[in-house]
Amino acid sequence: MGRAPRSSPEGIAEGRAVFEQVECFKCHGDAGRGEGQSAPTLTDDAGQPIRAADLSESWNFNGGSTVEQIYTRLRTGLDGTPMPSFSDVIDANVITDEQLWRVAQYVRSLSPREPPRPSDVIRATAVTALPAAPDDTAWSGVERYYVPLVGQIVVKPRWFAPAVNAVWVQALHDGQTLALRLTWHDRSRSPDPAWDEWLGLMRDAMGNGDAPLPDEQGADRLHLQFPARWSDDLELPFFLGGSTRQPVTLWRWSSDGDKLEEGTSTGLGRFTPAASGNAAHSARYDRGEWALQITRPLVPADSAAAIPFVPGRAMPIAFFAADGSHGEDDVRGAVSAWYAIYLDVPAPPRVYIAPIVAVLITAGLGVAVVRRAQKRATETA
Amino acid sequence: MKLGILSAIIAAAGVLGAAGPAVQGAAVTGTVKFTGTPPANPKVDMSEEDACKGKYTADPVVTVTGGNLKDVLVYVKSGLPAGQKFPASTAPVVVDQEGCLYHPRTLAVMAGQPLEIRNSDPVLHNIKVVAKRNRGFNISQPTRGMKTTRTFTAQEIAIPIACNVHGWMHANLNVFTHPFFAVTGADGAFTIRGLPAGTYEVEAWHEKLGVQTMSVTVPATGSTPANFSFKAGS
Repeated sequence: MGRAPRSSPEGIAEGRAVFEQVECFKCHGDAGRGEGQSAPTLTDDAGQPIRAADLSESWNFNGGSTVEQIYTRLRTGLDGTPMPSFSDVIDANVITDEQLWRVAQYVRSLSPREPPRPSDVIRATAVTALPAAPDDTAWSGVERYYVPLVGQIVVKPRWFAPAVNAVWVQALHDGQTLALRLTWHDRSRSPDPAWDEWLGLMRDAMGNGDAPLPDEQGADRLHLQFPARWSDDLELPFFLGGSTRQPVTLWRWSSDGDKLEEGTSTGLGRFTPAASGNAAHSARYDRGEWALQITRPLVPADSAAAIPFVPGRAMPIAFFAADGSHGEDDVRGAVSAWYAIYLDVPAPPRVYIAPIVAVLITAGLGVAVVRRAQKRATETA
Repeated sequence: MKLGILSAIIAAAGVLGAAGPAVQGAAVTGTVKFTGTPPANPKVDMSEEDACKGKYTADPVVTVTGGNLKDVLVYVKSGLPAGQKFPASTAPVVVDQEGCLYHPRTLAVMAGQPLEIRNSDPVLHNIKVVAKRNRGFNISQPTRGMKTTRTFTAQEIAIPIACNVHGWMHANLNVFTHPFFAVTGADGAFTIRGLPAGTYEVEAWHEKLGVQTMSVTVPATGSTPANFSFKAGS
């Protein structure tokens, strides 16, 4: 089996070249998110639909996340799945053993060094100018918050294995407007004819379940949820779309027509569009990943209909995601618990001036003390 | 009866000793026909694969030419003397991946006989074999001209071979512990050679059209006819 060669940027680049040469991308996709062209047709040995692994989430790998474990899977394949062994490719001198190690190192490089950890609070940093679009480079330095999602298994029809397993959140504000950037992995830009076969496999696998799956692919969705009314002494609304007693505000984005709706919800799938809080949005899809930017004035035009965001105060926030090619809709999907978004209070100028003044005073005093000591020493001598 | 068994053993010994074309014993020959309108083959859209698109537009599950049925496995199902061992041929059976289809689609080898898997396409194929009595495998052939050889150990009919990269690619592998089998070509004809005299159950198997069996009694030498016919909707 040999040992791993030392990792290096050149080695990673070679790994990428071999990844292309032996066509790993056919299933795992060019970006490695499991979005390859053969991905919608994959089944396991039991004939059930199986997703090509998202190689950028090493913490979810079936066979372990270290370079050695990835190399072992490349050598042996994964029994019961479509993942083949590449040992014969080495025996046939198409690639070398070292090159297979390079593929393992490249695959590992697609994921962060450590698995992400969720944090309860998403901080919106105060800035002077907000990014214009989700692919604006101004977002690249902004902290990303990881929000894991799980299947919605409370309200029928329940959904145990959702397509989207996490959403990443970034937030900024400029004192006037809140800007959120949400990114999540979704193997298909729904509806996509290439994924018809996948929906068929899902229908067969699920049978009637709680309710039969739709015949046609729906849209991809991302919902943001806030309490309809909020103060710190209020109880949180029910996390699954609120209740009649305590409704929630929803911002519902859908890939169908790329539209964002604002409204209230009194339970999962029970949504009423309501007066706009003037939210604007912009969405991009790139090789298995959606990126959505939403902006909204902190104080909405109609403050009776939409909640205000106040810097210095935490606002509860929750998430819902659905992949239309997977048979998901506004009930079958992936949900989060309640998190909080906190808008930083912009620091007033005195915060920056006060330390400088303090430093100057201290230095001045120090100099005075030293001078005096020197003077005294001269007088004594 | 005793004499029959004795002659069968002698004839089988002849098979054991046979090296080359001069196979002793009797033969069963015939043709597999298809009557009526063959079922439509599933359409295949290869537009996603530049190297293969346009070459084939359907998965040739049922191939009928002039009433003759291709890709039928014909084999001796029972009647061979128990405990008889037959040496495996060392000549490989070849399956080629060309135009993102398997050629041929029905394969038969003896246990121990090499199966050579070739890739004539300039694209990645994986070859996944899920067997019940044999050891399965799932290997990759990412380049044109790659060859991989595998052998099998136990008798097993209708082992599926599939490619996950190209979900429409299917073939059938059959493994025997004896050499009395054949697969029909485009002319629907088959010949099973070297059989000892006796009465055998001969089965014709097709992946979609099912099986037909007949009892065939063969003398010590010469050729005995056995013709099969499948029908539409059967």
